[in-house]
Amino acid sequence: MATDFIVHDKADTVGVVVVEDVKSGKDLTGWIMETDETITLKSLEAVPLGHKIALRDLKSGDTVLKYGHDVGRTVADIAQGRHVHIHNLKTKRW
Amino acid sequence: MGAHRFYGFRRENGRVGIRNHVIVLPLDDLSNAAAEAVANNIKGTMALPHAYGRLQFGEDLELFFRTLIGTGSNPNVAACVVIGIEPGWTGRIVDGIAQTGKPVAGFSIEGNGDIGTIASASRQAREFVQWATEKQREPCPIEDLFISVKCGESDTTSGLASCPTVGNLIDKLDPLGVTTCFGETSEITGAEAVCASRAATPEVGAKFMQVFNAYQEVIDRHKTNDLSESQPTKGNIAGGLTTIEEKAFGNLQKIGRKTKFIDVLKPAAPPAKGAGLYYMDTSSAAAECITLQAAAGFVVHLFPTGQGNIIGNAIEPVIKLTANPKTARTMAEHVDLDVSGILRREMTLDQAGDRLIDIMIRTCNGRLTSAEALGHREFVLTKLYQSA
Repeated sequence: MATDFIVHDKADTVGVVVVEDVKSGKDLTGWIMETDETITLKSLEAVPLGHKIALRDLKSGDTVLKYGHDVGRTVADIAQGRHVHIHNLKTKRW
Repeated sequence: MGAHRFYGFRRENGRVGIRNHVIVLPLDDLSNAAAEAVANNIKGTMALPHAYGRLQFGEDLELFFRTLIGTGSNPNVAACVVIGIEPGWTGRIVDGIAQTGKPVAGFSIEGNGDIGTIASASRQAREFVQWATEKQREPCPIEDLFISVKCGESDTTSGLASCPTVGNLIDKLDPLGVTTCFGETSEITGAEAVCASRAATPEVGAKFMQVFNAYQEVIDRHKTNDLSESQPTKGNIAGGLTTIEEKAFGNLQKIGRKTKFIDVLKPAAPPAKGAGLYYMDTSSAAAECITLQAAAGFVVHLFPTGQGNIIGNAIEPVIKLTANPKTARTMAEHVDLDVSGILRREMTLDQAGDRLIDIMIRTCNGRLTSAEALGHREFVLTKLYQSA
Protein backbone atom coordinates (compact mmCIF):
# COMPACT_ATOMS: atom_id res chain seq x y z
CA MET A 1 0.00 0.00 0.00
CA ALA A 2 1.42 3.39 -1.00
CA THR A 3 2.23 5.75 1.85
CA ASP A 4 0.92 9.28 1.30
CA PHE A 5 2.06 10.75 4.60
CA ILE A 6 4.35 9.78 7.48
CA VAL A 7 3.97 10.49 11.19
CA HIS A 8 7.05 10.39 13.41
CA ASP A 9 5.45 9.66 16.76
CA LYS A 10 2.10 8.32 17.94
CA ALA A 11 1.47 11.53 19.92
CA ASP A 12 2.04 13.86 16.94
CA THR A 13 -0.74 16.19 15.78
CA VAL A 14 0.71 16.63 12.27
CA GLY A 15 1.98 14.28 9.57
CA VAL A 16 4.29 14.89 6.59
CA VAL A 17 3.04 14.41 3.03
CA VAL A 18 5.62 12.34 1.11
CA VAL A 19 3.99 12.20 -2.33
CA GLU A 20 3.72 14.94 -4.94
CA ASP A 21 0.01 14.79 -5.83
CA VAL A 22 -2.10 15.44 -2.71
CA LYS A 23 -5.15 17.47 -3.78
CA SER A 24 -8.29 18.44 -1.85
CA GLY A 25 -10.64 15.57 -0.98
CA LYS A 26 -8.11 12.76 -1.41
CA ASP A 27 -8.22 9.69 0.82
CA LEU A 28 -4.70 9.34 2.23
CA THR A 29 -2.84 6.48 3.86
CA GLY A 30 -0.39 7.31 6.63
CA TRP A 31 2.37 5.40 8.44
CA ILE A 32 3.25 6.05 12.08
CA MET A 33 6.96 5.22 12.24
CA GLU A 34 7.15 4.85 16.03
CA THR A 35 4.47 2.19 16.27
CA ASP A 36 4.49 0.94 12.65
CA GLU A 37 0.73 1.58 12.44
CA THR A 38 -1.29 2.54 9.37
CA ILE A 39 -3.88 5.34 9.59
CA THR A 40 -6.15 7.06 7.06
CA LEU A 41 -7.18 10.67 6.57
CA LYS A 42 -9.04 12.80 3.99
CA SER A 43 -7.24 15.94 2.77
CA LEU A 44 -9.29 19.17 2.82
CA GLU A 45 -6.92 21.04 0.54
CA ALA A 46 -3.80 20.50 -1.61
CA VAL A 47 -0.68 19.82 0.47
CA PRO A 48 2.71 19.86 -1.32
CA LEU A 49 5.38 17.16 -0.92
CA GLY A 50 7.13 17.59 2.43
CA HIS A 51 4.47 19.83 3.93
CA LYS A 52 2.41 19.03 7.00
CA ILE A 53 -1.21 17.97 7.29
CA ALA A 54 -3.31 18.25 10.48
CA LEU A 55 -4.11 14.82 11.96
CA ARG A 56 -6.89 16.24 14.10
CA ASP A 57 -8.79 19.49 14.66
CA LEU A 58 -6.53 22.10 16.27
CA LYS A 59 -7.64 25.32 17.97
CA SER A 60 -5.80 28.63 17.68
CA GLY A 61 -3.10 28.73 20.36
CA ASP A 62 -2.67 24.96 20.54
CA THR A 63 0.79 23.43 20.77
CA VAL A 64 1.69 21.35 17.73
CA LEU A 65 3.49 18.07 18.37
CA LYS A 66 5.96 16.49 15.93
CA TYR A 67 8.67 13.95 16.87
CA GLY A 68 6.50 13.76 20.04
CA HIS A 69 7.77 17.26 20.93
CA ASP A 70 6.54 20.87 20.94
CA VAL A 71 7.36 22.47 17.57
CA GLY A 72 5.32 25.69 17.92
CA ARG A 73 1.82 27.09 18.44
CA THR A 74 -1.07 27.52 16.03
CA VAL A 75 -2.27 31.05 15.23
CA ALA A 76 -5.58 29.95 13.65
CA ASP A 77 -8.05 27.11 14.02
CA ILE A 78 -6.93 24.23 11.77
CA ALA A 79 -9.31 21.44 10.77
CA GLN A 80 -8.15 17.84 10.40
CA GLY A 81 -6.90 17.35 6.82
CA ARG A 82 -5.76 20.96 6.34
CA HIS A 83 -2.31 22.23 5.40
CA VAL A 84 -0.20 23.31 8.42
CA HIS A 85 2.54 25.83 7.65
CA ILE A 86 3.74 29.41 8.23
CA HIS A 87 0.22 30.85 7.75
CA ASN A 88 -1.17 29.01 10.79
CA LEU A 89 1.84 27.79 12.84
CA LYS A 90 4.51 29.97 14.51
CA THR A 91 7.62 29.42 16.59
CA LYS A 92 7.44 29.95 20.35
CA ARG A 93 11.10 31.04 20.31
CA TRP A 94 12.95 34.18 19.23
CA MET B 1 28.57 -3.82 5.80
CA GLY B 2 31.82 -5.32 4.51
CA ALA B 3 35.30 -4.92 5.91
CA HIS B 4 35.59 -1.81 8.03
CA ARG B 5 38.84 -0.48 6.72
CA PHE B 6 39.84 2.03 4.11
CA TYR B 7 42.89 3.15 2.16
CA GLY B 8 44.29 6.47 3.32
CA PHE B 9 47.44 8.57 3.50
CA ARG B 10 49.16 8.25 6.87
CA ARG B 11 50.79 11.55 7.80
CA GLU B 12 53.91 12.37 9.81
CA ASN B 13 51.91 12.77 13.05
CA GLY B 14 50.08 9.45 12.64
CA ARG B 15 46.75 10.93 11.53
CA VAL B 16 45.19 9.63 8.30
CA GLY B 17 43.95 11.67 5.35
CA ILE B 18 41.73 10.53 2.49
CA ARG B 19 42.98 13.18 0.05
CA ASN B 20 46.50 14.30 -0.80
CA HIS B 21 46.16 18.04 -1.39
CA VAL B 22 49.02 20.48 -1.73
CA ILE B 23 47.45 23.78 -0.77
CA VAL B 24 48.48 27.40 -1.20
CA LEU B 25 47.04 29.20 1.80
CA PRO B 26 46.84 33.00 1.87
CA LEU B 27 47.27 34.59 5.30
CA ASP B 28 45.02 37.49 4.35
CA ASP B 29 42.73 38.92 1.69
CA LEU B 30 45.63 40.85 0.12
CA SER B 31 47.53 37.65 -0.62
CA ASN B 32 44.74 35.87 -2.51
CA ALA B 33 46.04 37.08 -5.89
CA ALA B 34 49.54 35.68 -5.32
CA ALA B 35 48.17 32.41 -3.91
CA GLU B 36 45.92 31.94 -6.94
CA ALA B 37 48.82 32.74 -9.27
CA VAL B 38 50.97 30.04 -7.64
CA ALA B 39 48.14 27.50 -7.92
CA ASN B 40 47.78 28.44 -11.57
CA ASN B 41 51.52 28.02 -12.17
CA ILE B 42 51.90 24.66 -10.43
CA LYS B 43 49.41 22.00 -11.46
CA GLY B 44 48.15 19.74 -8.70
CA THR B 45 48.06 22.54 -6.14
CA MET B 46 44.99 24.40 -4.88
CA ALA B 47 44.66 27.95 -3.57
CA LEU B 48 42.23 28.66 -0.72
CA PRO B 49 41.31 32.34 -1.09
CA HIS B 50 39.31 33.97 1.71
CA ALA B 51 38.14 37.40 2.82
CA TYR B 52 39.87 38.06 6.15
CA GLY B 53 43.11 38.22 8.12
CA ARG B 54 43.57 41.95 8.64
CA LEU B 55 43.00 43.93 11.85
CA GLN B 56 41.16 41.13 13.61
CA PHE B 57 41.67 40.98 17.37
CA GLY B 58 40.82 39.08 20.53
CA GLU B 59 38.77 35.91 20.33
CA ASP B 60 38.00 36.56 16.65
CA LEU B 61 41.72 36.63 15.84
CA GLU B 62 42.33 33.44 17.84
CA LEU B 63 39.57 31.73 15.85
CA PHE B 64 41.14 33.02 12.62
CA PHE B 65 44.55 31.54 13.45
CA ARG B 66 43.00 28.30 14.71
CA THR B 67 41.06 27.93 11.45
CA LEU B 68 44.00 28.65 9.13
CA ILE B 69 46.50 26.55 11.08
CA GLY B 70 43.92 23.77 11.40
CA THR B 71 43.22 23.81 7.68
CA GLY B 72 46.89 23.41 6.83
CA SER B 73 47.24 20.75 9.53
CA ASN B 74 44.30 18.62 8.28
CA PRO B 75 45.55 15.14 7.24
CA ASN B 76 43.90 15.60 3.83
CA VAL B 77 46.66 18.15 3.18
CA ALA B 78 50.05 16.66 2.27
CA ALA B 79 51.98 19.91 2.16
CA CYS B 80 51.27 23.61 2.39
CA VAL B 81 52.60 26.90 1.01
CA VAL B 82 51.55 29.96 3.04
CA ILE B 83 51.63 33.45 1.52
CA GLY B 84 51.02 36.61 3.57
CA ILE B 85 51.51 40.33 3.22
CA GLU B 86 54.09 40.45 6.04
CA PRO B 87 56.37 37.83 7.59
CA GLY B 88 55.17 37.91 11.24
CA TRP B 89 51.70 36.42 11.04
CA THR B 90 52.74 34.38 7.98
CA GLY B 91 55.36 32.74 10.18
CA ARG B 92 52.82 32.12 12.93
CA ILE B 93 50.67 30.10 10.50
CA VAL B 94 53.73 28.22 9.17
CA ASP B 95 54.94 27.37 12.70
CA GLY B 96 51.47 26.15 13.67
CA ILE B 97 51.18 23.82 10.68
CA ALA B 98 54.79 22.63 11.12
CA GLN B 99 53.78 21.07 14.46
CA THR B 100 52.24 18.24 12.43
CA GLY B 101 55.63 17.46 10.88
CA LYS B 102 54.35 17.98 7.34
CA PRO B 103 56.24 20.09 4.78
CA VAL B 104 55.21 23.76 4.99
CA ALA B 105 56.87 26.98 3.84
CA GLY B 106 55.92 30.65 4.13
CA PHE B 107 56.47 33.60 1.78
CA SER B 108 55.72 37.26 2.42
CA ILE B 109 55.04 39.98 -0.09
CA GLU B 110 56.26 43.24 1.51
CA GLY B 111 59.72 44.03 0.13
CA ASN B 112 59.38 41.40 -2.59
CA GLY B 113 56.24 42.33 -4.49
CA ASP B 114 53.72 39.92 -5.94
CA ILE B 115 55.89 38.75 -8.84
CA GLY B 116 58.97 37.88 -6.77
CA THR B 117 56.82 36.17 -4.15
CA ILE B 118 54.92 34.18 -6.76
CA ALA B 119 58.20 33.01 -8.34
CA SER B 120 59.70 31.82 -5.02
CA ALA B 121 56.47 30.25 -3.81
CA SER B 122 55.91 28.51 -7.14
CA ARG B 123 59.37 26.88 -6.98
CA GLN B 124 58.57 25.59 -3.49
CA ALA B 125 55.09 24.43 -4.54
CA ARG B 126 56.58 22.45 -7.44
CA GLU B 127 58.86 20.57 -5.01
CA PHE B 128 55.97 19.89 -2.63
CA VAL B 129 53.65 18.60 -5.33
CA GLN B 130 56.25 16.24 -6.76
CA TRP B 131 57.02 14.95 -3.27
CA ALA B 132 53.33 14.55 -2.40
CA THR B 133 52.38 12.75 -5.59
CA GLU B 134 54.72 9.90 -4.68
CA LYS B 135 52.77 9.21 -1.46
CA GLN B 136 50.84 5.92 -1.50
CA ARG B 137 47.57 4.98 0.17
CA GLU B 138 47.77 2.24 2.77
CA PRO B 139 45.13 0.11 4.53
CA CYS B 140 43.85 1.80 7.68
CA PRO B 141 41.42 0.65 10.37
CA ILE B 142 38.07 2.43 10.60
CA GLU B 143 39.07 4.06 13.90
CA ASP B 144 41.51 6.27 11.98
CA LEU B 145 38.49 8.06 10.47
CA PHE B 146 37.36 11.49 11.66
CA ILE B 147 33.82 12.10 10.33
CA SER B 148 31.88 15.36 10.56
CA VAL B 149 28.16 15.86 9.91
CA LYS B 150 25.96 18.83 9.10
CA CYS B 151 22.72 19.12 7.10
CA GLY B 152 21.54 21.90 4.80
CA GLU B 153 18.57 23.22 2.87
CA SER B 154 16.73 20.74 5.03
CA ASP B 155 13.08 19.94 4.64
CA THR B 156 10.78 17.53 6.39
CA THR B 157 12.30 14.60 4.47
CA SER B 158 15.61 15.38 6.20
CA GLY B 159 14.11 14.71 9.63
CA LEU B 160 12.21 11.66 8.36
CA ALA B 161 15.01 9.86 6.55
CA SER B 162 18.30 11.47 5.47
CA CYS B 163 19.32 12.78 8.92
CA PRO B 164 18.31 9.48 10.61
CA THR B 165 20.46 7.66 7.98
CA VAL B 166 23.49 9.63 9.18
CA GLY B 167 22.42 8.87 12.77
CA ASN B 168 22.26 5.17 11.93
CA LEU B 169 25.85 5.32 10.63
CA ILE B 170 27.02 7.06 13.80
CA ASP B 171 25.26 4.53 16.04
CA LYS B 172 26.96 1.71 14.09
CA LEU B 173 30.46 3.22 13.90
CA ASP B 174 30.73 4.92 17.32
CA PRO B 175 31.28 1.60 19.12
CA LEU B 176 34.08 0.84 16.62
CA GLY B 177 36.09 3.84 17.81
CA VAL B 178 35.61 6.48 15.10
CA THR B 179 35.71 10.18 15.95
CA THR B 180 32.66 12.18 14.87
CA CYS B 181 31.43 15.76 15.15
CA PHE B 182 28.14 17.65 14.89
CA GLY B 183 27.48 21.36 15.43
CA GLU B 184 24.96 24.01 14.33
CA THR B 185 24.22 25.74 17.63
CA SER B 186 21.29 27.91 16.50
CA GLU B 187 19.69 24.91 14.83
CA ILE B 188 19.22 23.08 18.10
CA THR B 189 16.80 25.76 19.32
CA GLY B 190 13.72 24.04 20.67
CA ALA B 191 15.51 20.70 21.03
CA GLU B 192 18.26 21.90 23.37
CA ALA B 193 16.99 19.95 26.37
CA VAL B 194 16.94 16.74 24.33
CA CYS B 195 20.42 17.52 23.01
CA ALA B 196 21.75 18.19 26.52
CA SER B 197 20.34 14.83 27.62
CA ARG B 198 22.54 13.18 24.96
CA ALA B 199 25.72 14.39 26.65
CA ALA B 200 27.86 11.61 28.13
CA THR B 201 28.00 13.30 31.55
CA PRO B 202 26.04 16.08 33.30
CA GLU B 203 29.18 18.27 33.11
CA VAL B 204 29.32 17.95 29.31
CA GLY B 205 25.57 18.65 29.16
CA ALA B 206 26.02 21.81 31.24
CA LYS B 207 28.90 22.89 29.00
CA PHE B 208 26.63 22.45 25.97
CA MET B 209 23.85 24.53 27.59
CA GLN B 210 26.33 27.30 28.36
CA VAL B 211 27.41 27.47 24.69
CA PHE B 212 23.79 27.22 23.53
CA ASN B 213 22.63 30.05 25.79
CA ALA B 214 25.52 32.29 24.72
CA TYR B 215 24.47 31.85 21.08
CA GLN B 216 20.85 32.66 21.95
CA GLU B 217 22.07 35.92 23.51
CA VAL B 218 23.80 36.83 20.23
CA ILE B 219 20.58 36.17 18.32
CA ASP B 220 18.46 38.12 20.82
CA ARG B 221 20.85 41.08 20.64
CA HIS B 222 20.80 41.34 16.83
CA LYS B 223 17.45 39.99 15.68
CA THR B 224 14.84 42.21 13.99
CA ASN B 225 12.13 39.52 13.74
CA ASP B 226 11.65 35.84 14.59
CA LEU B 227 14.41 34.93 12.05
CA SER B 228 11.89 33.31 9.70
CA GLU B 229 13.52 33.06 6.22
CA SER B 230 16.99 33.05 7.87
CA GLN B 231 16.54 30.20 10.37
CA PRO B 232 14.50 28.36 9.02
CA THR B 233 15.73 29.50 5.57
CA LYS B 234 13.53 30.30 2.58
CA GLY B 235 14.48 26.87 1.20
CA ASN B 236 13.54 25.12 4.45
CA ILE B 237 10.13 26.82 4.37
CA ALA B 238 9.57 25.93 0.70
CA GLY B 239 10.31 22.34 1.71
CA GLY B 240 7.62 22.35 4.40
CA LEU B 241 9.58 23.20 7.56
CA THR B 242 7.71 25.86 9.51
CA THR B 243 9.48 26.62 12.81
CA ILE B 244 13.00 26.46 14.23
CA GLU B 245 11.81 23.89 16.78
CA GLU B 246 10.64 21.55 14.01
CA LYS B 247 13.92 22.04 12.14
CA ALA B 248 15.92 21.39 15.32
CA PHE B 249 14.37 17.99 16.01
CA GLY B 250 15.06 16.97 12.40
CA ASN B 251 18.65 18.20 12.66
CA LEU B 252 19.26 16.25 15.86
CA GLN B 253 18.38 12.96 14.14
CA LYS B 254 21.93 13.06 12.74
CA ILE B 255 23.45 11.93 16.04
CA GLY B 256 21.48 8.73 16.05
CA ARG B 257 19.42 7.20 18.80
CA LYS B 258 21.97 6.13 21.36
CA THR B 259 25.39 7.72 20.78
CA LYS B 260 26.35 10.25 23.49
CA PHE B 261 28.61 13.24 22.89
CA ILE B 262 31.71 13.29 25.05
CA ASP B 263 32.84 16.92 24.82
CA VAL B 264 31.99 20.41 23.62
CA LEU B 265 34.48 21.98 21.22
CA LYS B 266 35.13 25.63 20.47
CA PRO B 267 34.84 26.41 16.75
CA ALA B 268 37.73 24.80 14.78
CA ALA B 269 39.18 23.22 17.96
CA PRO B 270 40.50 19.67 17.48
CA PRO B 271 38.95 16.89 19.57
CA ALA B 272 41.15 16.11 22.57
CA LYS B 273 39.38 13.32 24.46
CA GLY B 274 39.94 10.42 22.12
CA ALA B 275 37.40 8.62 19.96
CA GLY B 276 33.72 9.45 20.24
CA LEU B 277 31.09 11.99 19.25
CA TYR B 278 31.87 15.70 19.77
CA TYR B 279 29.63 18.73 19.67
CA MET B 280 31.21 21.86 18.14
CA ASP B 281 29.88 25.39 18.57
CA THR B 282 29.31 26.49 14.96
CA SER B 283 27.03 28.56 12.81
CA SER B 284 24.41 26.60 10.88
CA ALA B 285 25.60 28.10 7.58
CA ALA B 286 26.95 25.10 5.67
CA ALA B 287 30.21 26.48 4.29
CA GLU B 288 31.17 28.09 7.61
CA CYS B 289 30.35 24.98 9.62
CA ILE B 290 32.26 22.54 7.40
CA THR B 291 35.26 24.89 7.16
CA LEU B 292 35.42 24.86 10.99
CA GLN B 293 35.05 21.07 11.17
CA ALA B 294 37.76 20.57 8.52
CA ALA B 295 40.02 22.93 10.48
CA ALA B 296 39.48 20.72 13.54
CA GLY B 297 40.89 17.77 11.58
CA PHE B 298 37.78 15.97 10.31
CA VAL B 299 38.54 14.30 6.96
CA VAL B 300 35.17 13.21 5.54
CA HIS B 301 31.80 14.92 5.82
CA LEU B 302 28.25 13.54 5.64
CA PHE B 303 25.67 16.08 4.49
CA PRO B 304 21.95 15.30 4.34
CA THR B 305 19.94 17.75 2.22
CA GLY B 306 16.25 18.11 1.50
CA GLN B 307 15.76 20.87 -1.05
CA GLY B 308 19.24 20.46 -2.56
CA ASN B 309 22.13 22.31 -0.92
CA ILE B 310 25.09 21.95 -3.33
CA ILE B 311 27.89 22.47 -0.77
CA GLY B 312 31.43 21.16 -1.04
CA ASN B 313 34.63 22.01 0.81
CA ALA B 314 38.16 22.76 -0.37
CA ILE B 315 39.90 20.00 1.59
CA GLU B 316 37.22 17.80 3.20
CA PRO B 317 35.11 15.72 0.78
CA VAL B 318 31.38 16.30 1.36
CA ILE B 319 29.10 13.31 0.72
CA LYS B 320 25.54 14.43 0.08
CA LEU B 321 22.45 12.34 0.62
CA THR B 322 18.81 13.17 0.17
CA ALA B 323 15.49 11.52 0.91
CA ASN B 324 13.51 14.02 -1.16
CA PRO B 325 12.50 12.16 -4.34
CA LYS B 326 12.09 15.41 -6.27
CA THR B 327 15.59 16.61 -5.33
CA ALA B 328 17.06 13.20 -6.17
CA ARG B 329 15.45 13.48 -9.61
CA THR B 330 15.99 17.15 -10.46
CA MET B 331 19.47 17.61 -8.89
CA ALA B 332 20.91 14.13 -9.41
CA GLU B 333 24.41 15.41 -10.20
CA HIS B 334 24.70 16.76 -6.64
CA VAL B 335 23.48 13.64 -4.85
CA ASP B 336 25.89 10.89 -3.77
CA LEU B 337 23.24 8.73 -2.11
CA ASP B 338 19.47 8.66 -2.66
CA VAL B 339 17.59 7.36 0.40
CA SER B 340 14.10 8.42 -0.73
CA GLY B 341 13.22 4.72 -0.75
CA ILE B 342 12.77 5.02 3.04
CA LEU B 343 9.74 7.26 2.45
CA ARG B 344 8.26 4.74 0.03
CA ARG B 345 9.02 1.99 2.57
CA GLU B 346 11.18 0.24 -0.02
CA MET B 347 14.33 0.69 2.11
CA THR B 348 14.78 0.42 5.86
CA LEU B 349 16.81 2.88 7.91
CA ASP B 350 19.23 0.07 8.67
CA GLN B 351 19.79 -0.58 4.95
CA ALA B 352 20.19 3.13 4.27
CA GLY B 353 22.82 3.37 7.03
CA ASP B 354 24.76 0.46 5.48
CA ARG B 355 24.64 2.13 2.06
CA LEU B 356 25.98 5.33 3.56
CA ILE B 357 28.85 3.42 5.20
CA ASP B 358 29.59 1.85 1.81
CA ILE B 359 29.67 5.13 -0.14
CA MET B 360 31.68 6.78 2.64
CA ILE B 361 34.35 4.04 2.55
CA ARG B 362 34.50 4.23 -1.26
CA THR B 363 34.90 8.01 -0.98
CA CYS B 364 37.65 7.56 1.59
CA ASN B 365 39.37 5.16 -0.82
CA GLY B 366 39.50 7.86 -3.48
CA ARG B 367 36.13 8.06 -5.24
CA LEU B 368 35.35 11.73 -5.89
CA THR B 369 32.16 13.09 -4.38
CA SER B 370 29.64 14.87 -6.57
CA ALA B 371 30.77 18.17 -5.06
CA GLU B 372 34.43 17.41 -5.84
CA ALA B 373 33.60 16.39 -9.41
CA LEU B 374 31.62 19.60 -9.87
CA GLY B 375 34.49 21.72 -8.50
CA HIS B 376 32.94 22.88 -5.21
CA ARG B 377 35.73 24.22 -2.99
CA GLU B 378 33.87 26.30 -0.43
CA PHE B 379 36.21 27.73 2.20
CA VAL B 380 34.45 30.28 4.38
CA LEU B 381 35.90 31.67 7.58
CA THR B 382 33.66 32.42 10.55
CA LYS B 383 33.96 36.01 11.76
CA LEU B 384 32.81 36.65 15.35
CA TYR B 385 32.59 40.48 15.19
CA GLN B 386 33.90 43.62 13.44
CA SER B 387 37.61 44.09 12.80
CA ALA B 388 39.46 46.88 14.60
